[in-house]
Amino acid sequence: MKVLTPTVLTYLKVVILVAVVPAIIGFVVVLAERRLMGFMQARLGPNRVGPKGLLQGVADLVKLVTKEDITPSRAERAVYFLAPVLAVIPALTALAVIPFGPAIRIGKVKTTLWVTDVNIGLLFLLAITSIGVYGIILGGWASNNKYSLLGGLRSAAQLVSYEVPMGLALVSVLLMTRSLSMVEIVHRQGRLHLWFIFPGLLAFFIYFVSGVAETNRNPFDLPEAESELVSGFNTEYSGVKFAFFFLGEYAAMIVISCVAVTVFLGGWLPPFPHVAALKFLRILPPLGWFLIKAGLFLFGYIWFRSTFPRYRFDQLMALGWKWLIPISLANIVIVACAILATPGRSNGMFVLSYIFGGLFVVMFLLAKLRQKLARRERLAAIPASAVE
Amino acid sequence: MSDDRPISGPEKDQAARTADDLKAAALAAAESVPVSVEPPTLFEVQEMELNFGPQHPSTHGVLRLVIRVDGEKILETKPDVGYLHRGTEKLFETETYPMGIPHTDRLDYVAAATNNHAFCLTIEKLLAVEIPRRAQLIRVILDELQRLSSHLVWLGTSGIDLGAVTPFWYAFREREQILDFFEEYCGARLTLNCMRIGGLPFDLTAGWVERLMEFVDDLPSRIDDYEQLLTDNRIWKKRTVGIGVISGQECIEWGVTGPVLRASGVEWDLRRAQPYECYDELDFAIPTRTNGDTYDRYVVRVQEMRQSVRIVKQCIDLLEPGDIRGKVPRVIKPIAEEVYASIESPKGELGFYCVSNGTNRPYRMHVRPPSFINLQALPRLAKGHLVSDLVALIGTIDIVLGEVDR
Repeated sequence: MKVLTPTVLTYLKVVILVAVVPAIIGFVVVLAERRLMGFMQARLGPNRVGPKGLLQGVADLVKLVTKEDITPSRAERAVYFLAPVLAVIPALTALAVIPFGPAIRIGKVKTTLWVTDVNIGLLFLLAITSIGVYGIILGGWASNNKYSLLGGLRSAAQLVSYEVPMGLALVSVLLMTRSLSMVEIVHRQGRLHLWFIFPGLLAFFIYFVSGVAETNRNPFDLPEAESELVSGFNTEYSGVKFAFFFLGEYAAMIVISCVAVTVFLGGWLPPFPHVAALKFLRILPPLGWFLIKAGLFLFGYIWFRSTFPRYRFDQLMALGWKWLIPISLANIVIVACAILATPGRSNGMFVLSYIFGGLFVVMFLLAKLRQKLARRERLAAIPASAVE
Repeated sequence: MSDDRPISGPEKDQAARTADDLKAAALAAAESVPVSVEPPTLFEVQEMELNFGPQHPSTHGVLRLVIRVDGEKILETKPDVGYLHRGTEKLFETETYPMGIPHTDRLDYVAAATNNHAFCLTIEKLLAVEIPRRAQLIRVILDELQRLSSHLVWLGTSGIDLGAVTPFWYAFREREQILDFFEEYCGARLTLNCMRIGGLPFDLTAGWVERLMEFVDDLPSRIDDYEQLLTDNRIWKKRTVGIGVISGQECIEWGVTGPVLRASGVEWDLRRAQPYECYDELDFAIPTRTNGDTYDRYVVRVQEMRQSVRIVKQCIDLLEPGDIRGKVPRVIKPIAEEVYASIESPKGELGFYCVSNGTNRPYRMHVRPPSFINLQALPRLAKGHLVSDLVALIGTIDIVLGEVDR
């Protein structure tokens, strides 16, 4: 077993990650998205290729690879070629620091379910994912197409503005984790018996909203905006290059989901591991729990997509700058105060959990009430006009 | 001064003096008059001319808009129509009166029944024929079904324009059912050709009315579903409230009709203002709103759908066996006259102006297309909004290019 030295294992994991994640994207995520959207939209979705449409990914891949790869004659060739690559590589690189599970033992080989545990993991993630935006900006610019340029411009502004609340949301979590290492963040949640989603509920919402904006998904899919910009930055792209943009978007979605799982949902830990009654949840391996949680986020993405209309560009910026950034700044202050003001190392977090939980319930009920009132008002208006 | 020759002697002095004088005068002027100094701009503001269409997913056909934009802000919109021009009005002149009906299918191709209806109504006015009551009622049912299906298409497509994909599928699910009813009635789903001068081509098939009743009973709950997704949705409201505001007065000046006019607070509906067929017997409301923005136009159309359901139900209750065609001569040869008749189509006032010269073909046929006339207001609506709003505005005036270009 001398062959499987830690270095070799790391290379092996990198290869698996780079080979497996795109495959998961192609065969599982895309298909799940299309089938789920079909279900939500009262239609079937792809169900012809293979049993129950399971091989749709293969068909799509074949289609994309065999399509003619067109480069517009007046495009900036080098940049045009580089842009899709830039969209994919950072997203896949980011996965290196995600801990998918704890250290495991397969036969005699002991290894970890993360490629590397950098002590600045979270910082590394923020840095590397923000490189991805260059792919979109440069792709839009290099296409030499006005619509693509507008798409590129939009994404530049959008991604830069949403990096800020995203980073600030994570800062407030850092106050609780006291570590930037992704593995340590999970361990700490296990030690505290508390997932950071509870004390960091506000941060979680900000993070997820910004994350959706970062990945250009509904309702923030302005850079592509089919109906306005005719697909925006990727209008001129076809074939493999388009597939790369596609892959990049989904890989970025997966990264955002994985980070959310790690930082807020206790990574590979099963729900409430210290509660004896819930011990049976350990039937599922840690990796299973991680995938389930990440799947929940991806489901959220899909749900958003089939529910919301698209924001307008200026409204999107206003949401980012006038709402998310001030709220996330306030959140940092609140979290810091709560941690400092309470005795003990973790009591503040529990206090915060109760406060945020209570607020959440109240706001949820208020929203329901408002919805009900608006509906009643609307229904009252109809017979009035019907009477003439 | 010319620079060709060297300046010397007194001439040179004079030149120098003149230059000095000028300089002094300029300085004096600069001191006395506050000079407006342009603020130094880091970047030059560039206007971009953007070709919007004719191949663009949101122009609902082959509409071309030439827009001047500053960033994403629209400075000017110029609709360039005519890509779908097929000379329909000229075609009417070359064919006999009944042969004109199928051509009307191709005007507003998502609402063929109302086109047929307006055309037949014009010729019937020319001939002064009486339409049997059963035919009138069935015509109204077909009209209202058509209004429903047209509004459903509008709802779905304008939702997609703003990025809401799901209402599209819901709306088209119900539209399919309506098209099934048309298919069962006349064999066609889109280009219906479902009316004749003096009445209708066919009577209703057995069970059609019962199935229709079932459908319209169910429809309001489906409309609730669409509203659930859109009406109170924050993003939907953000994208539509206050976008493309136009006052009732302006609508009248532009000749805008239909839901756009009613959303601006003018209660003008030809079904009520100059009732045709049996609309005067029916109990229905004319939904109006006052703000005249995209949201109000959305609300008006959705409420109109609910009213259409009411109308269909009433007509079904009133249906009695009887003739479906009035007494129309085999060869239609009206006396030389000019008539204009119009109906409330889903898009607005759809009218036909017919000049006959005593032969079996019209001498001149003119269409008053609501889409075309409403489209005129687009540059006015779009000015100062963003490119994203332009998409919403094309959707909200609900144009069909077949009718715009004819």
